[in-house]
Amino acid sequence: MAIIVERRRLTWMERTYLPQIVSGLWITLKNLFKPKVTLEYPEQAPILPPGYRGAPTLVMDSAGREKCVSCQLCEFVCPPKAIKIVPGEISGNSEYAYIEKAPKEFEINMLRCIFCGYCEEACPEKAIVLQQEFSLNGRTRAEMIRNKKQLYEAGGVLPDKIKKWKKVKDTADLEGGSH
Amino acid sequence: MEKQTVKINVNGVDYEVEAGQNVLEACRKVGVEIPHFCYHENLSVVGNCRMCLVMTGMPARDRATGQVLQKADGTFEIAWAPKPAIACGTRVAENMHVITDSDEVRRCRESVLEFILLNHPLDCPICDKAGECRLQEYSHAFGSGKSRYVESKNVKPKKVNVANKIMLDAERCIQCSRCIRISREIGGKDIFGFTKRGSKTEISVYEGADNESNYLLNVVDCCPVGALTEKEFRFEMRTWFLKVTDSICAESSAGVNTRVWSREGKIYRITPRKNPFVNDAWMSDSGRYVYDRFEKGNRLESARIDSSPSDKGYAAQRCVEILKLGKVAIVANGWQTVEEQFLIGELAKACDAKVYMASHVDEDDGKLVSADRTPNLRGALVTGLISEYPKPDLKELAEKVRSGEVKTVLCFREDLIDLGFEPKDFKSANIIYCGALENDTSRDAKVCVPLRSEFEKEGMWINRQFRVQKFDRAVEAPKNSYCDCEFLVAVLREVSGASFETPSIKRVRKVMCEKIPALRGCENVGKLGVLIDGSAFAHIAFPETDAMHFKKDSREA
Amino acid sequence: MVTLCEITAGAAEASIWGVVGHVLLLFLFSFIAAMVVMTFAGLSVVAERKVCAFIQGRLGPNRTAIPIVAAIPLLGNFLKRNGLMQLLADALKFLFKEDPIPGHVNKFWYMAAPAMFLAPVLIVGAVIPFGVYWSDGSMHPIAVADFDLSIIFMLAISSLTVFGGLMAGWSSNSKLPYIAATRSGAQIISYELTMGITIVTLVIWAATMVENPLNIFEVAAAQSGLWFCITQPLGAFLFLVALFAETNRLPFDVSESEADLVSGVHTEYGSFKFGLFYVGEYGHMALASMLFVTLFLGAWYPFPGCEWPSDWGWISSVLSVFTFLVKVAFMIFFFIWMRWTLPRFRYDQVMRLGWSVLVPLGIANFVFYLVLISL
Repeated sequence: MAIIVERRRLTWMERTYLPQIVSGLWITLKNLFKPKVTLEYPEQAPILPPGYRGAPTLVMDSAGREKCVSCQLCEFVCPPKAIKIVPGEISGNSEYAYIEKAPKEFEINMLRCIFCGYCEEACPEKAIVLQQEFSLNGRTRAEMIRNKKQLYEAGGVLPDKIKKWKKVKDTADLEGGSH
Repeated sequence: MEKQTVKINVNGVDYEVEAGQNVLEACRKVGVEIPHFCYHENLSVVGNCRMCLVMTGMPARDRATGQVLQKADGTFEIAWAPKPAIACGTRVAENMHVITDSDEVRRCRESVLEFILLNHPLDCPICDKAGECRLQEYSHAFGSGKSRYVESKNVKPKKVNVANKIMLDAERCIQCSRCIRISREIGGKDIFGFTKRGSKTEISVYEGADNESNYLLNVVDCCPVGALTEKEFRFEMRTWFLKVTDSICAESSAGVNTRVWSREGKIYRITPRKNPFVNDAWMSDSGRYVYDRFEKGNRLESARIDSSPSDKGYAAQRCVEILKLGKVAIVANGWQTVEEQFLIGELAKACDAKVYMASHVDEDDGKLVSADRTPNLRGALVTGLISEYPKPDLKELAEKVRSGEVKTVLCFREDLIDLGFEPKDFKSANIIYCGALENDTSRDAKVCVPLRSEFEKEGMWINRQFRVQKFDRAVEAPKNSYCDCEFLVAVLREVSGASFETPSIKRVRKVMCEKIPALRGCENVGKLGVLIDGSAFAHIAFPETDAMHFKKDSREA
Repeated sequence: MVTLCEITAGAAEASIWGVVGHVLLLFLFSFIAAMVVMTFAGLSVVAERKVCAFIQGRLGPNRTAIPIVAAIPLLGNFLKRNGLMQLLADALKFLFKEDPIPGHVNKFWYMAAPAMFLAPVLIVGAVIPFGVYWSDGSMHPIAVADFDLSIIFMLAISSLTVFGGLMAGWSSNSKLPYIAATRSGAQIISYELTMGITIVTLVIWAATMVENPLNIFEVAAAQSGLWFCITQPLGAFLFLVALFAETNRLPFDVSESEADLVSGVHTEYGSFKFGLFYVGEYGHMALASMLFVTLFLGAWYPFPGCEWPSDWGWISSVLSVFTFLVKVAFMIFFFIWMRWTLPRFRYDQVMRLGWSVLVPLGIANFVFYLVLISL
């Protein structure tokens, strides 16, 4: 059923439209001289707010250890299936052998990525982080698929938020354990 | 003897259950799951995980008279046990009352989990069990979600190699002792045992116990956590990516029920599937890797006519032309499904051919690897392709080829060179090879038709008990390959001139079940399979010996 | 008849070459007049985009650059930042785009419509006095043609544009252009009435001052004292509203309303033909501005009651043209400013406003001045 909205009857002046038109013209005229909000992009860099979701990258901890343990949760959660991981074992002679697992290959297809940040949210190691890079381009499709090396280059080092592995190692050392 | 039943009451609802079983099993059968780690229906009960604690109670009795006390409305006065009891170690009794969802039971579970998790490492991200880990599931369902434990966790051996098949991580172990019981009760030999005491208790491997047991990997399947992981599957793929398909093991005529785990067309592992009539919850280690046969390099990649690659349609057409020349012999095999064997029977009738088979017999381990290493020899008997147990070679057929009695051999999968043929025989007769694998025969055959592997098609096999079991397609077939049934129907239609219905496997199965009396009612055999009457073949000397759920002479129902 | 061309008219009587020269000169003047209208149309496209952008807090087109021109210091950057090269780019785009003719249209009328839409604008441009010059002690208009019935001519010709729209709408054989054509036809008829009445009022008022009140130049020249927008404020207002409606500008652009009609009569047009419609619309706007300036806004007079002295000679002429063009530019800005301020009327509101408000007001205005004059 139609809903009839009761409206106030307009005054005579209002019904001529003229006061409204004049005040409207005044507003637009004021706007004409206001500073412009347009950002002239290539010359002017945008100011990215904290928490901006740019390109996903892989990061290392302050000791230069790759944080990713290839649990593949990001691959699972990724809505457009942009992430592909080949898990692998950390070789026995590495100083991080006690962490056991690291990605053999880690690919993010930036053509597919929708920058939703689910990967970052899902990551139990805080190893994948959406950083501030937003201008992604390439001449071929293959170029837009970032491999592990490129992802680490883009990611760099971020402070360690998770101290789990350090604790594991410390305990093992304390006990003279077999790790 | 009639089965005895008892009345029990679970969470306020009355049920009538079989007597003699434990509370956990009885509850599961009426649809109430009780969480548990150490209990396994095919193993002895030890009750050391304490996860299955429930409240139990019996009707109260008058102390003086011993009379059961009843309320005015006929219900019982219940005398609840003062403490919760483990459901796996408690047998059901008449009028027993069980509560599985009270606050107290939930508190029990939470506490047990907290206790188990004290020393369990939080390394789910690198643990292969994650996703199918009972500890994960129960922690999620019943755990408290936070830890009060601030001390350091115990340090135990990690990455212990067991028999080169298993990786043992003792830190993850929750001391359920399932692996100890499996190796003792199923493998028949102690391999694992607990050492140290108290919270330092750890699972370890007996010195020198690294053995050759073919049933070792069952401990991996049954380990409720990631303490025991399969080396082959270690760090290969997270379980949640894998698609599960119900299948049957192709290793031998035991017909072990399996699950095939695959992702994007690649098979990652095979695990046993429960079937109380065939394999309980076990399978052999060797059966887990039968998919290795179909590695890319071994496959017949495309159809060939006179050794040059061709379209599969042309190849089928060429087969028909050659078959129409007459004097045909067909070599079938025990890896084919019953449906395919039935179609081969029809084809043999249509071109007046005799069907030959070769047996593949090896040692019988008396458990789940039987002497006959083909999964479906019984199928060939039931569909009437052969009437005797086949010989291990095809010399008889080779002689006929040499004498000119047979001009065309339509060979499925078998390697004729291995079975008594000589390379020169390939010149005197038209050899057509159809199969998934490349071998000496396919290299010299006049026409090659690529067919599918067991994992790429669906169908039914008949195991040593004459149990008809069905398997599904696990992975996508290579695009140049012919579906076996489709190929056979296409050839049959051309050769016989009869209008055989659409080549869908369901249609073939329907026709087959109508035509073959023994298979009547086998159109849908379900997950557990259907046992058919094999008494007609009682005179045949099968090579299988007595084994799990199988008696050579009187087949177990 | 006094025209600018009478400079050569004398020669025309003398010889055949004189006649040819006279005609050639007429062509030249016509061309210049058309160019003025067209230039205003083109610049108003740029102005529309820039003003719109500024009102909305944006910068507007400021990126398009023509290779060599853009490299000129200062000028190149000026043209680029002000979107003037964008204008050229747009024009080039319209010219070089593929020009398909849809299969379902009536080809002849479809092709004729854009020309029919634009041509009246350029023709009416002929009678607009862009400025004045003095010769033989009297004032003459800088216009292609100056004749006694030029107001009637202007009204007659400018109304023809509606045929362009109707032709396009009908021949496109598509429902939206057709609806747009009927709407714009109805709208122009309705507002032409108001426009006519206000002009009649103006003419009878002017008749008290000049000899030929139907001559645009003389009516314009009559504003040497008070401009007509001062003496006839209601008439000027009604005329302006009618102009807005006639040019299909907001708030009266119901015939082009994107929300319900895709884009009006030129929905089925592309490339150059669309370009003609596009330029035609802005040509209308420019022409409407010129008309309003000429008839009500004191034409070339700088301020009410003030005129450029005749004894400055050609300097005064240049200043008169300049004054006129500045006023026109302001009017065009006003049109644009209006567009980005007001929302669109509903079609029924447009019609109600036209017939039950503006026409009675126009008649009342007419009667009022009739009484005033007869007193």
